[in-house]
Amino acid sequence: MSVMPASLWLPRRLRLHMGEVGAAALAVMLLIWWLLPVYNMMLIALDPEGNTEFTGDLWPRAPTLKAFRGVLFQQYWYFGNFWHQLGNSCIIGTMTALATVLISSLASFALGRIWTGRGPTISTAALLIYTVPAYFLVIPFYLLMHRYGLMDSRWAVIAANVTFAVPYALLILQWYGRLIPIELDEAARVDGATPVQVYRRIYLPLMAPALAVVGTYALITAWNEYLYQFILLSSEQNRTVAITLATFFESDITPWNYPAAASLIYALLPIVVFLAARRYIAAGLTIGAVKG
Amino acid sequence: MSGSGQLLAARPLAVKRPRQPFRRVHPRGSEFAWAIAFLVPYVAVLLAFAVYPIAYGFWMASSPLLYVELFSSDEYQAALISTLLYVGIGVNANMFLALLLSGFFMRRSWWIKALLVVSMLPWALPAQMAFISIHWMMVYWGFLDSLLWKLLGIEGVDWLNHYWLALGANIVAYTWKTMPFWTLILLAGRVAIPQDLYDAAAIDGATGLRRFVHLVVPLLANLYLVCTLLSTIWMIGDYNTPDLVSGGAPLGSTNVLATVGVEYLFDDGNPQLGVAAIMAALPVLIPIGILLIRRLQTTEVQL
Repeated sequence: MSVMPASLWLPRRLRLHMGEVGAAALAVMLLIWWLLPVYNMMLIALDPEGNTEFTGDLWPRAPTLKAFRGVLFQQYWYFGNFWHQLGNSCIIGTMTALATVLISSLASFALGRIWTGRGPTISTAALLIYTVPAYFLVIPFYLLMHRYGLMDSRWAVIAANVTFAVPYALLILQWYGRLIPIELDEAARVDGATPVQVYRRIYLPLMAPALAVVGTYALITAWNEYLYQFILLSSEQNRTVAITLATFFESDITPWNYPAAASLIYALLPIVVFLAARRYIAAGLTIGAVKG
Repeated sequence: MSGSGQLLAARPLAVKRPRQPFRRVHPRGSEFAWAIAFLVPYVAVLLAFAVYPIAYGFWMASSPLLYVELFSSDEYQAALISTLLYVGIGVNANMFLALLLSGFFMRRSWWIKALLVVSMLPWALPAQMAFISIHWMMVYWGFLDSLLWKLLGIEGVDWLNHYWLALGANIVAYTWKTMPFWTLILLAGRVAIPQDLYDAAAIDGATGLRRFVHLVVPLLANLYLVCTLLSTIWMIGDYNTPDLVSGGAPLGSTNVLATVGVEYLFDDGNPQLGVAAIMAALPVLIPIGILLIRRLQTTEVQL
């Protein structure tokens, strides 16, 4: 893209060639940079003893799936309840995504389609909530959940996730909603449709790509988050994979290969969801950008 | 539109078409009732789980004595300085590299598109897994030291035992995780610059660095500012990275406001102090927030 002044005297074809080589070299470096932490986790997970870290190996010397088996078949004591915990994580993740989609789509319909005068102002004002980072509220939230009687409840975690996902979701939906002509709503209303019918039959189907973005965003946020789970959930019944991993990392238990394998398995779901929704995500996350 | 623009443009990006003029529909009677009904879940969630905790936090941290105690504590002063360095260096490095990288992704070839998808991997991976892996890479004689020894013959160091190295590790890890997101957003901003502007610049002889300085930078300035403000807010509130990558090492010196606050709650059993530790950042956060919202409300990219 950029041409180095020093190479200006070179023949044009050679310069283009050099540009290609440079781009390829940069791409290889970027790939290593993005994938290195995953590779390192893989290295530990494939090691029979889980102590590659200290033997100085750069690739698995005797790779084995022992750790993955130990987690998946719940043979290793620490992950004896892995599937139940993964189920809890999935419940929290999907409920967060569904609630975020439902609540933000209802609100964006009200603000963008019915009450269009003040709507945008209200939704931007809601962004003020966003300026308080999620972790800043962890202590009041913890104490309030005691008061609400939601301690050790998955709903408390879902509520926290939804609260912090909704303002951004609303912003994306508002921007996207402007692409859909309001005349569609007006035509339906003239034919006697109620706002609920317009919402269900016209708004939701047309907004589907943006809803996919918002849902994926909420799911990935929920999957990323562990502090709220860690402090709000205490019983074995409600424990999630993130909590188990966090407790492991806080302690000095060895070997490391089992948690490494578990965290790789845990990372699979957001990757699959992301790949499935990647077209929408790229478009959706950037709708705001061009208006910024 | 460039090749990489096609990936982004799965749906129209609202750039080319003029914005619809807003119809000022003043809701009458039943319309208003409908709007309120649709808003109820949203407002309820915000009131119960955001506004009330925020107000509760203010109430908890309202005693001035707490702040006297905080600011006289060495631990807290160290956390303030670390937060300042962490965010100050981190946000700027992150955004500037994202700006450069977004230029790289403007190249037109099939493998750049594939690379863009791979680049989002750090963003989609759970923070916990990625940061623990980075932590394990940096412990003494972890993967990083092995790599240095095998490839370059350099005797490794105990990365997390030096203040600057540990702080740097946090910044690098945070950049690793979030840069793809900003790259994508800045890339969308670049794609939105009409091709004829590039062509006109090329006729006037502006290519390479001059095109970047005189065309891309002014056109992206607004977007860049918005992204910087938003990422500042997010990074001030970042708990995951300092907690998992450096874990506060060495000796709690790389703790930031978010981790210190949680420590006051759990290790010292002093929730009031924990909330106050965090609320002390509001004088910085609120102006950033107001500036951000004004920017979001009033500006459009000038094209």
